Amino acid sequence: GCAGVLERSREQLLRQTCEAVLLGVLHPRTAISLVLQVLSDAGSLLSCCLNAACMALLDAGLPLTALFCGVTCALQPDGSILLDPTARQEQEARAILTFAIASSEKKVLMATTKGSCSVEEMQQCLAAAQRAADTIFQFYRDSVCRRYSKS
Amino acid sequence: PQGRLLCGPGLRRSGAGLLVTKCGLLRHRPGGGGAYWVDSQQKRYVPVKGDHVIGIVTAKAGDVFRLDVGGSEPASLSYLAFEGATKRNRPNVQVGDLIYGQFVVANKDMEPEMVCIDSSGKSSGMGIIGQDGFLFKVSLGLIRKLLAPKCEIIQELSQLYPFELVLGMNGRIWVKAKTIQQTLIIVNILEACEYMTAEQRRQALAKLSGT
Repeated sequence: GCAGVLERSREQLLRQTCEAVLLGVLHPRTAISLVLQVLSDAGSLLSCCLNAACMALLDAGLPLTALFCGVTCALQPDGSILLDPTARQEQEARAILTFAIASSEKKVLMATTKGSCSVEEMQQCLAAAQRAADTIFQFYRDSVCRRYSKS
Repeated sequence: PQGRLLCGPGLRRSGAGLLVTKCGLLRHRPGGGGAYWVDSQQKRYVPVKGDHVIGIVTAKAGDVFRLDVGGSEPASLSYLAFEGATKRNRPNVQVGDLIYGQFVVANKDMEPEMVCIDSSGKSSGMGIIGQDGFLFKVSLGLIRKLLAPKCEIIQELSQLYPFELVLGMNGRIWVKAKTIQQTLIIVNILEACEYMTAEQRRQALAKLSGT
């Protein structure tokens, strides 16, 4: 439907993440527009958008300083951390944290939280997300290898 | 290793080291001090000096034609940049014509400029592309494959039908064969070549020359 406040905030988050990695100096006076269409939402939408955005930028051949990936952590009421929650698990969770992690030295590009959690819990979620980022970057690598092996 | 190393597209100097900015296969040419570049596949063209491209004339503004080359800005082409053109003898270029030329100025800060003559003043194949024929767009990686010396695809296709082919580094290909049907067959094969292996291509061509 019409873009609401939630979509706008997601756009802002995506935009800030992309601007941090894109080499804009190589393309002055040009607009780079990224269009994401949600086909199905089964939870962790923002990190899915982040991953899709990174793969799209890679595929288009735009110059990037680093790759980034999105990881969502859900803090359950009993204190355990759940990575990549489904929509059901997101509703039951106490807090949902989404991190955008860059591939160089696993730096955090963007972090957003919904709900409340303590600082230690956030640090734990961040550590878990950085470990999970490895899996996602390996997936990027495999997809790119498959693409280039055909030619 | 000593000596000067050339950094090609996809690599960038940052501080003391190199930064890889695109995804692709890293290639190395050992001659003359060595050159490294990243062979990436993309569809969007960025104008580079010295590239030969096919442009579409979109406007005539006084002494200069504006051409669409598929980049972010239209390129400009002066009417004097054709072989044998003088102020009295202007080339007959209309809006919508196809021009094959090369870039003489192409950097990120300025509007790209094209010419249809080389440094000695001869046209060497550049200029207005004739009537008929079919223009279509492919990815830049396929163009580079087709432009390699002794390209198998072109040799196999030329055994099928005789045709004229103009390849632009901006991803545009212009084909003309004797009949419209032959032209369209060649267009379809070139477009499909991107995703077919050599074996599948030979099978497809064998089926076509058989029927």
